[in-house]
Amino acid sequence: MIAIVDYDAGNIRSVAGALERLGQQYELTADPERLLAADRVILPGVGNAAHALESLRQKGLYEVIRSLRRPVLGICVGLQLLCRDSEEGPVEGLGVFDAHVRRFPDEPQIKVPHMGWNALGNLDGKLMKGLQSGTFVYFVHSYYPSLCQDTVATCRHGSTLFSAALRYENFYGTQFHPEKSGDAGSRILQNFIDL
Amino acid sequence: MVAKRIIPCLDVKDGQVVKGIHFEGLREVGDAVGMGVRYAREGADELVYLDISATQEGRSTFVDLVREIARGIDIPFTVGGGISSIDHAARLLDAGADKISLNSSAIADPSLITHIASQYGSQFVVVAIDARTIPAGSGNWRCTTHGGKVQTERELFAWAHEAQERGAGEILFTSMDHDGTCKGYACEVYARLHEELKIPVIASGGAGNIADIVEVLTTGQADAALAASIFHYGQISIPELKKALAEAGVNVRPTAI
Repeated sequence: MIAIVDYDAGNIRSVAGALERLGQQYELTADPERLLAADRVILPGVGNAAHALESLRQKGLYEVIRSLRRPVLGICVGLQLLCRDSEEGPVEGLGVFDAHVRRFPDEPQIKVPHMGWNALGNLDGKLMKGLQSGTFVYFVHSYYPSLCQDTVATCRHGSTLFSAALRYENFYGTQFHPEKSGDAGSRILQNFIDL
Repeated sequence: MVAKRIIPCLDVKDGQVVKGIHFEGLREVGDAVGMGVRYAREGADELVYLDISATQEGRSTFVDLVREIARGIDIPFTVGGGISSIDHAARLLDAGADKISLNSSAIADPSLITHIASQYGSQFVVVAIDARTIPAGSGNWRCTTHGGKVQTERELFAWAHEAQERGAGEILFTSMDHDGTCKGYACEVYARLHEELKIPVIASGGAGNIADIVEVLTTGQADAALAASIFHYGQISIPELKKALAEAGVNVRPTAI
């Protein structure tokens, strides 16, 4: 069973829809016991990182998420919460990934939020299996995770090269939305299920 | 680099896709979820569903359709039409919409943009602007509401700036001078919006052929092109369009099929 963390900060319906299309069973839950018992945990997230983190704390899930030993996938703000810290707040993250989350700089002709389909590069590891460099996926964000030793895919917006996906031990994260990224996104979700 | 987006727009009435010329004389063309799935498979980058019955008749059955769309399609979609409160926006978000577009209601109460954007983020709020030149053919663009039926005094560029300042994540501009004519987009307006705004601009109204779309994404510098009839009636196929755009040097996401 896949658990989708239900903490009032998620694009839960979209992630649930993607799992349904892949024929997967899932549950929406904020119950620590259910999360600890799940085969896979997806931590979605949209909006403000500081609000999302506060919401996670209020539900008593901060330590629970960090203690999970089965594969965990953070999506967008869900990934950002797993990083060291975020300039959005600013706020301390769970520190699973070595990345810092920073705001895109102001640059002429470069729009923020980074919204739309962009190409992945430097793909590495099981989550990105079967995908080619240059594959387009869907992003919507104004803050980005920096490059670090956990980076397993990169993307460029303006002059900024950032981590499009991260992995540390059983923790995975995508800054883009696999649930909104067509066939490429379905492949990535299937890879996560197949880990 | 972010790819330029191609966005089919599906006008929905009673769960069916319709498209009217100049927003009048409606005619049914197909099933909303089924057409969305088809467009996603063909390589559409995003979809817009407009509930055209909402403003006039206040329908709420659209929310159920949004839930079905979210289950059925694997690309982002925007919903619009008659969204006039933060509660209404929240219901659509909960049903699975990625973005909402505000039009008449934002002009009636601009603070709606501020409230929804601060609650759910700018990425959730598209401000749709319909405007026409007064007198026709002049450079004086004034906004309209209610599908072009009501003329307002609001000046297009001032309103676009205000929408951005209030937290809109994107501007969807439709030229009522061009909409339904199939003679091309209002390119000079998009170029100016691109120049003046920091947020992405979606072009809508006037596409008649592939060259029109190439032009608005190059000369017009729009971030995305939206069209309806030319896709619905099969005058342009999305794979063909993507190929032509790539050949013209436009950065697009290639169609998988």
